[in-house]
Amino acid sequence: MADINPFVILIASIFTSNMILSNFLGMCSFIAVSKEIKTSLGLGQAVTFVLTGTTIINYLVYHYVLIPFNLEYLRFIVFIITIAAFVQLVEMIVERYLPTLYYSLGIFLPLITVNCAILGVSLFMVIRSYSFIQAVAFGVGSGLGWLLAILAMSGIRQKIKNSPVPKGLQGPGITLIITGLMALAFIGFSGIVKIQ
Amino acid sequence: MMTILITVGVISGIATTLALLLTIADVYIANYGEKKIIINDDKELIVEGGSSLLSTLVGNNIFIPSACGGKGSCGYCKCKVNSGAGPVLATELSYLTEEDQRNNVRLSCQIKVKEDMAIEIPEELFNVKQFKGVVEISKDLTDKIKFLRLRITDGQEISFKAGQYLQLTSPPYPGNKDEVYRAYSIASSTKHKDYIDLIIGYVEGGILTTYVHKHLSEGDDVTFNGPYGDFYLQNSDSDMVMVAVGTGMAPIRSILQEMLDKGIERKAVFFFGARSKSDLFMLDEMEMFERELYDFKFIPTLSRPKDEDNWDGFTGRVPDAIADYLEEAPNREAYLCGSAPMIESTVKNLLLKGFTEDKIFYDKFD
Repeated sequence: MADINPFVILIASIFTSNMILSNFLGMCSFIAVSKEIKTSLGLGQAVTFVLTGTTIINYLVYHYVLIPFNLEYLRFIVFIITIAAFVQLVEMIVERYLPTLYYSLGIFLPLITVNCAILGVSLFMVIRSYSFIQAVAFGVGSGLGWLLAILAMSGIRQKIKNSPVPKGLQGPGITLIITGLMALAFIGFSGIVKIQ
Repeated sequence: MMTILITVGVISGIATTLALLLTIADVYIANYGEKKIIINDDKELIVEGGSSLLSTLVGNNIFIPSACGGKGSCGYCKCKVNSGAGPVLATELSYLTEEDQRNNVRLSCQIKVKEDMAIEIPEELFNVKQFKGVVEISKDLTDKIKFLRLRITDGQEISFKAGQYLQLTSPPYPGNKDEVYRAYSIASSTKHKDYIDLIIGYVEGGILTTYVHKHLSEGDDVTFNGPYGDFYLQNSDSDMVMVAVGTGMAPIRSILQEMLDKGIERKAVFFFGARSKSDLFMLDEMEMFERELYDFKFIPTLSRPKDEDNWDGFTGRVPDAIADYLEEAPNREAYLCGSAPMIESTVKNLLLKGFTEDKIFYDKFD
């Protein structure tokens, strides 16, 4: 088991090993939903919440079900099933008890099911043999990192809304280029901590 | 061997646990209790909350038209919701005009009944009824188009305007797990109130067309509801131009029957488009209409006649036939039925021939 302070993992997964900017995971919703600050914030919160939840559940399932039966190779399919079920459950709860939140991110919730960052975090947690606390820190941190990245992106995109972007680059094109620049900028953090 | 069993067991175990959790959540969390829907400030419905407004209303025998069956892809199920629907959802936006949004018009298939609601729907929708019937005649008109006669067996009578449509229900069958309904134009005369005729084409992979073409046979029970639609024969004495392609023949046949039954004396010409000679049908009936009606001409056009067809009529698409054959004249009415691209290019050509947009009526299907 890697012996890293959970707090270090938390900070690292926000800044130096950011899911979007260093692993380029979860790009589809990152590009699609980063047009407005309000919706990005909503989606970012939802991703953070789901990431935390699924990392915990997947950690338990992996260590207490899959390992005892020597079924580690099933983790891909099992993780996907638990993520899908968890998102469904969250959607139901949000729809019932948090109507305002539901109206602002209702249609994005199902999108999270297929957000690769979620599956990515669960798989990295296994590959890097994290302990429970480390895994939770990693899940929360990755979520916050994702939130930070999409918020920054939506801010930039609102700023350049009226800028003369060349026709072929409008929308996703310029977003990808900005993502690349943001990733370069985030390399500046790499001296602080390192987890991989 | 053991490994396989354990694998299967573990996977099924996990899946079952999650499914169970979701089912329990569905029962307890997604349970909204009884809600009240007030229709047109008059009628009051007590319903079980939680499902879409459309399916809730259908469950209470109020049939709002919906060609796509509640998937949010046709935009027909619009309905005025004055309170209780929450903000407009992103899935509705592409179907609601700005005027719709100002007037509280919503897509009833997308909003859920979660609170008490006040809605407005056109009175005529209350005339829409659900009918039970039996397939009396099912025959092939061409290799892709079937003719169905459905006799109503539950004692009700259907009254509709020539040109309107109804919704036919397909029960679940192997390959289709849900009950699904789709819109089809009525092809029979309005004087027959105990049966209706439909003309249904086969679409590869289409749920209802597959049901009709592969599973339904004479003597089978069917359910349908209707009538719907604002495409019907207008009360006027202008000359008429009718245009249809393939199964678009259905409402036109109903209109022609109506003219025959009521002795309407209007000059009419009917352009009918098909691919090759084997795709033409009901030619003897059209001859009959040409003989019996006051002044009616049937002009079939083939877009791709085969060599053996020996086709000496018009070759090309219907809009081209109109551009070639039709003379310019004012004050005519046009009745079009067919696919969206056909309608669009036909309307364009009709406008060049002196038609005005308010006199062009059409029934577009996708």
